[in-house]
Formats: sequence, structure tokens, C-alpha cells
Amino acid sequence: MVGLPPFSLGRLLMYGLLLSFLVLFYFYPLGAILRLSLFPEGELSLEPLTALFRTSRYLRTLWFTLWQAALSTLLTVVLALPACYVFARYDFPGKSVLRALTTVPFVLPTMVVSLAFTALLGPRGLLNTVLMQILRLEQPPLELQHTVFIILLAHVFYNYTLVLRIVGTYWSNLSPQIEEAARMLGAGRWRAVREVTLPLLLPSIAAAALLVFVFDFTSFGVILVLGGPRFATLEVAIYRQTVHYLNLPLAAALSVIQILFTFALMAAYTQLQAARSLPVELRSRQLTQRGPQGWSEMLLVTGNVTLMLLMLVLPLLALVQRSLTLGGRPSLAYYRALFRNPRGSAFYVPPVAAVRNSVTFALATVALSVVLGLIAAFLLQRRERGSSSRLGDGGSQDGGGSALRPVWRTLQGGLDPILMLPLGTSAVTLGLGYIVALDEPPLDLRTSPLLVILAHTLVALPFVVRSVLPALRSIQPQLRETAAILGASPWLVWREVDLPIVARALLVGAVFAFTVSMGEFGATSLIARPERPTMPVAIFRFLGRPGTINYGQALAMSTLLMLVCTVGFLAIERFRVGGREEF
Amino acid sequence: MRWSRALGAAVLLILTACAPSAAPTDQLAPTSPPEPQSVRVMTHDSFDISEEVLTAFEEEYDARVEILKAGDAGVVLNQAVLSKDNPLADVLYGVDNTLLSRALNADIFEPYESPMLEEIPDSLELDDDHRALPVDYGDVCLNYDKVWFQEEGLAPPSNLEDLTEPEYEGLAVVENPATSSPGLAFMLATIGQFGEEAEYSWLDYWSDLRENGVMVTEGWSEAYYEQFTYASGGSGDRPIVVSYASSPPVEVQFSEEPFEEAPTGVVVGDESCFRQIEFVGLLRNAEHPDLARAWIDFVLSETFQEDIPLHMFVFPANENAELPDVFAEFAIVPDSPVTLDYTAIEENREAWIEAWTETTLR
Repeated sequence: MVGLPPFSLGRLLMYGLLLSFLVLFYFYPLGAILRLSLFPEGELSLEPLTALFRTSRYLRTLWFTLWQAALSTLLTVVLALPACYVFARYDFPGKSVLRALTTVPFVLPTMVVSLAFTALLGPRGLLNTVLMQILRLEQPPLELQHTVFIILLAHVFYNYTLVLRIVGTYWSNLSPQIEEAARMLGAGRWRAVREVTLPLLLPSIAAAALLVFVFDFTSFGVILVLGGPRFATLEVAIYRQTVHYLNLPLAAALSVIQILFTFALMAAYTQLQAARSLPVELRSRQLTQRGPQGWSEMLLVTGNVTLMLLMLVLPLLALVQRSLTLGGRPSLAYYRALFRNPRGSAFYVPPVAAVRNSVTFALATVALSVVLGLIAAFLLQRRERGSSSRLGDGGSQDGGGSALRPVWRTLQGGLDPILMLPLGTSAVTLGLGYIVALDEPPLDLRTSPLLVILAHTLVALPFVVRSVLPALRSIQPQLRETAAILGASPWLVWREVDLPIVARALLVGAVFAFTVSMGEFGATSLIARPERPTMPVAIFRFLGRPGTINYGQALAMSTLLMLVCTVGFLAIERFRVGGREEF
Repeated sequence: MRWSRALGAAVLLILTACAPSAAPTDQLAPTSPPEPQSVRVMTHDSFDISEEVLTAFEEEYDARVEILKAGDAGVVLNQAVLSKDNPLADVLYGVDNTLLSRALNADIFEPYESPMLEEIPDSLELDDDHRALPVDYGDVCLNYDKVWFQEEGLAPPSNLEDLTEPEYEGLAVVENPATSSPGLAFMLATIGQFGEEAEYSWLDYWSDLRENGVMVTEGWSEAYYEQFTYASGGSGDRPIVVSYASSPPVEVQFSEEPFEEAPTGVVVGDESCFRQIEFVGLLRNAEHPDLARAWIDFVLSETFQEDIPLHMFVFPANENAELPDVFAEFAIVPDSPVTLDYTAIEENREAWIEAWTETTLR
């Protein structure tokens, strides 16, 4: 295989950079808080852990966490796949705006989503009101609040975009000719999809499903706010044990269980993935997409677009509508109020400053996670010898240091699941880890805004890797070999062959990195820091106090957040790597 | 060489990633050579005060005040406990009486008998060693939607028992004590009023509330802005909510339309509210203990105390602090709020919440 020689200085440097980032800002703080929690006097104290086994509660919590995540993931993938096809194969007006809008839910605080859902699905919501009128009922027919159904629905609402973007982008790079060939050979449309396209798509579907699953597995806000007090995931249990009882040993034990599950899942996935990905011929988008023709294609496109509008865009519109309504009449009063600070509060957040803070953090996160993500994807792309030799590509060219090769391979095999671990790690645990570990110079980052970017990058990194890796692995080895034979250096091969092909996938990763940061994810909301409020912080602040104006300002700020994100997504998508024609 | 350019680009990108975070820090620091001392205050997300008041302190002491916020009061306290040997700040503002025992047990505070304590009523002072000094208080009570009750021709509830009556079926929404601070306070109010041993215990009361269709939400915002008829913009159907006694004046203050009277009412009948008292304390091993003491004195002084109600929607602890007009006019302070021994709260918290969950949710 062509690439850097396995023991080159460049490769070592890249490993060094990536691993030191993970060690410093993930393993070290995590290890510190786990040691403090589980070995308070220097010895493992099992006493507090007996609570784990005394009742079946935590077993039930684990079971609920697993099945709701599995079901949510299945639903999300099934609902989003048809749209992936539509987005991959057809061009239609408003496509990029619609794609941007489907990503907006990802950044919205749960509390705001909950407001939208109640406005639409609550006892006095739009759906129930309409149903009551049509069916002439006295009582609202649908009682969705605080049920598992609304949890599933919210998980689909949040994560739909992951599948649409990751699978949709990959699909749009697949040459339609493969499927056409199958059909010419006599396969029906569905058979061609089932037996030809789906197997080719599998790496990207698995990548997207994995991310969705981990997100649902560690779900916190959706469970608490929309599911109500009767439901709890491991993440919720960890939060309660930590914040409300300061029962650190129990919280740490639950955290470890959550991390182990994530790791096992990732490891299994990595194995599967390395064996499954096939090099395919990728095509530029111009060649794979066209306008829908004929009534069945029109129906397919409009059907999917309608579903997306109802499921993903309508709740957003409900928020916008409320932010523009005062006392039943249209009004901009809430937006005007955002710009006023009538009592001269020292903590007043001018909207411009909130936007600036959010965007600054987000862009920094994008830059850092794209660099680290590319490095990680580059290190991970090399396939295992077994699968590559099957494809006629000599793993033999790896060359040199055969005694060390197993070590090298273990490192590579372990890197992938390790990169994903931050996603499966409880935010409270890691947040407290930062407090405990990063308290001495030169790493006294406890109250530094840098920590925000580092923590966001930790969460954003898996998205970049998962977006880029399937595309990178699908590159035909011959392309690289040809370039190398023609005298290109490894770096030139990477720049001229790999990079243009993964460019679109990289943009997907960048969009997610931006999203992760804009949504104020993870441990950072639990870090003590000086005032540099972002938009989500401002929203929380408004929603924490009574008064119609505060409520309205929260909605107005949410609308602003949606707007900024939509513009951000569109801008990132317009970005061209190196000005080349994109793939 | 080509790869050096690529590497250069990578380094540049990393640098850009770090740059924006470094720049604002520099902006905050004053440019004049003799750098003033700064006092660091860690507190919860609800902390708020006017710029004017902060500046008054900074000018008087030629110092800077740095406010570090991190989540709710519980999260902040945990951070203080975990970092007590190398504290994040000099002062902790915002431990309340439901968490006080945890703070004192962890021994995070240095005693400080502020001269300002003379102006604070003894009833608020819970710690005789002056490690935690009372700074403000607020009562958690049932609120109701006045217009809703008028339109329905139903009298609003006047005490906690009313909620178990058939005419109030399905009208109330409360917060989960396991996750919400007002939720916990309201649960404590019921424990204070009905007791654990009485023939009709607090758990019997909750069992009746459950029968009567009480709704439980995770936090205050969901209860108030989604379920409460008055504040949910039409989507909620619960005219009774657990909130604060100060919520009605805040509704008046934060409204586009002028009010003759507050749109919501408070049930202040015999022992139906729980009083939350917030404390401020000097953290052990503080970097600037003298300045920190000056800050504590300042926080307890009238300047700061009179600014509290309209920024944090609670009442000042200092007796001499004058209330703002809207509070004086519309706020109701319950005569006999429930107060429970703070050590009992920490000791029983988990068991009480367990029992509550068992009775109300399972």
C-alpha cells in the first residue's frame, strides 16, 4: 500500500500529536476523577458499589438505556434512508437550505425543543386541536407528554441529520452506473438497491448508525425534559448521583460501565468496518445527480421533502412563530428586548456578543478538529492485511520491521475505538475530571476558555473521523499506486489524490464540528469560567426566570441561534478545498 | 518541500484555533502597569447584579471582581468540594440551606464573622461558626393563574391540602425533587407541614396528590413555561405551579403591558412554603483572603443587597435594605414558612427523595 512508510518521522509525529491530545485532555482528567472516586484512600473501596447490585434498578436503567437507544437508532436510520437516496440522486430547488435546516435541531437546547414539541404535540398543541376538531372530541386524543414515544421522536428529530449527511454524501459519490448495470442485467429497482447499493453503502450507514446510537445511549436532556421523571438512562443516573448526592464512587462506577459499553461497541464496529469497506469508484456530484423525472420520481422527492418539513422543520417554525407573537398579535417586541439592558445588569448579553462568542468557539473547534480528524483518518485508513490482499492490493508493501508490526497494528486497531470514547463519556464525570486534574501550571486550564474549545474538539473529533474515513477507505488503491509510480511523493499523493476525494466528506465533518460547538455540548457547560456567554447560555438564562419578556427573549435568541447555524452550515458547504472541483 | 507547506498549514490552523481564546483574556486584563488584585467569586448560573454595583466595589478597593459561573448550585458546590486544596476562587456565593450541610461537612469554608452580620436577622443565620453567611432568601410556594380561576368560577387553593380535593384534580404541576431545586424545596415544605410520623404523613399527602393527577416535570422551566396556563403561551393546561413567592412581582416587572395587580397569585397559607436561604463564604486556601472578606462585607451591605431582588428575584438578607417598588407593591412574604434543620436535610435527602419517587412516580 502506498502511503508513508510505517515508521517514518511524519507518522510518528502524527501519532504523537493525536495521542498527546487525547491523553492530556481526556485520559488524564478522566483517570484523575475515577481514581479520586474509586480509590479515595488509595485503596479500592467496594462499599459504595454494593448499591449497584443491591437492587435491580441499575440493571433496569442499563436495559432501558440500551433498548431505547437501539430503537431510536433503528427509527432514525429507517426514516432517513429514503431521504438519503433522494438527496444523493436528485437535484431540486431549495435542497441545500433544506439540508441545512435538518441540521438545526442538533444545536437546539432540549428545553427549547421541548417548548416546540409541547406547542405541537401537547394536550393543547396543534395536532391535538386539529384532531379534536376533525373527530369532534372533547378531550385531546393523544397523550404523548412524558412517554417513551416522545423520547423516540425527539431522538429522530435530533439525529436525522447525522444519517442524512453521512450516508447521503457517501451515496452521492457512488456511481449510479453500478446500480444501472444491475438493472440492465435484469434486477428490479428494489433488488438492485438491496443487493448492490446497500452493501456498498454499508460502511457509511454503519458509521452514521454508530454515532446516532452513542448519542441516544448517552442521552440526557431529551430523557429528563421530554421523557419526564419516570425515565432514566445511565447518563441521567450518573448526573443525579454526582450532583445531587455527591456519591462519587457510585457515579464513577456507572461512568465506567457506560464507557466500557461504548468501547465494546466501538471495537466491534471497528472490526466489522475494516473487513467490510470496499474500494469503489467515486464520482463527482455533477455526474450522479439530476432533476426528478416522471411522476414516480416526483412523488418520491416530494414525499420525502414533506416528511422532513413536518418532522424537522415544523417544530422550528413553531418556535419562530412564538418568538414573533405577543398577546396574539405579530410583534418584534422580544427581539427589541434582546438589545436592551434596562436594569444595567453586569451579565447582560448583547445578542451580537453572544453570536460572536458562539461562532468564535465553533470556528476554533472546526479548525482544531478538522486538523486532528484528518490526521486520525490518515492513520486509520490503512486496511488490515487480510482484507486488502483479498482485493489484490499487496499489504506486503508495508515493509520493514516485521517484529514490530503487531504492535503497530494493535496501536492502529485501538486508536479508532479510543477516538470515539469521549462521546460515550459522561459530561459530569469529565467536567469534574478537568477540575481535579488540570489545576497546576502549565496546564492550569480550569477556568480558561481554551478548555471549552478542547472539550468541544474532543466531542467533534469522532464526527470528522466517521465522516472522512469511509470516503478515504473507498479510494481505489490503483489511483494512489499510479500516482506513486509516476513519481509523486507520499504527501503529493495525499494532496492530489486523497484530499480532493474526501473533500466533501470533510465538509460534512466540519459541519458537525461546528454544530457540536454551537450546541454547547458536553462537559463545558459544567466548567466554571469567566463570563463569555454563548447563545445557548443566554437562552438558559432567560428560561431560568419568570416573566413573559424573558420567555419571549429565550425564543427570540433561539431563532437567532437557528439563523446563525443555518447560515454557518450553508457557508461551510460552499467552502471548496483548494478551489478544486469537488467530488 | 511540499510536505513542509502542508505541515506549516496544519500548525497555522492549530494556532488559529488557539488564538481567539487567548485574545479575549488579554482584553480583560487592565493595561496599566500596577495590576490590581482580583477577587474570584464562584457561583451558580442564576447569579446576576448590576454593572454599577460591581464597579462600585472595584473602584473602592482598586480591585477586579471575576465571577465564575458553572451550572446549578449543586454543581458549583461539588466543584468547590473537589478543588478545596487548590480552590478555583476566593469566595463561593450561593450555597443554600438544602446544601449547607454538605458544604460544612466538606470543610470548604474559613470562618469569617463579618461586621455586617449585625444587620442580618438571627433567623437566617444557621451556622454559628460563621463559615456560611446568609445573603438572601426566597420562598418556594404554589403559584396560580388568577384569570384561569376567575373564568372557571373556582376559588384558588388556600393551602396544600386543597390540592387533594376533587375540584382541583389535574390542575397542579410540580418539579421533581431529585433534579430541581424548587422541587426539592416544595417536597421539604410538605415534610415540614405533614411530618414523617403523623397519622397522615407527607407520603400519604403525595399519594393523594398522585391520585388527584399531579404532574411532575424535571425542572422549573418546563413546569412554568410549558405546563403553567399563564406562562406557556397557551400550550399548558395546569393553572397551579410550584414556583417562588417572588414570581408575581417578577411577572409584573417583565411584561410588556402594565398591570394593576399581579397576574398570578401565591398560596401562602399556614406552612405551605419552604424558605430557601442562600449563603456566601470565604473559601479555604483563598488566594486573596483580605479582598475576599471585603467582598463579603460588600455583598452584605445595602448597596449590593438592594440590587438583589430585581436581578436574582429573591429577598435581601440585610434588614435595612429597601425593597424595589414592584416588590414592595406586589410581593407577598409568607408569615410562617417551613424551615427544616439543615443537617437533617442532608442526612435524609436521598432517603426522602427515594420515598417520594416510590410514592409519586413508580
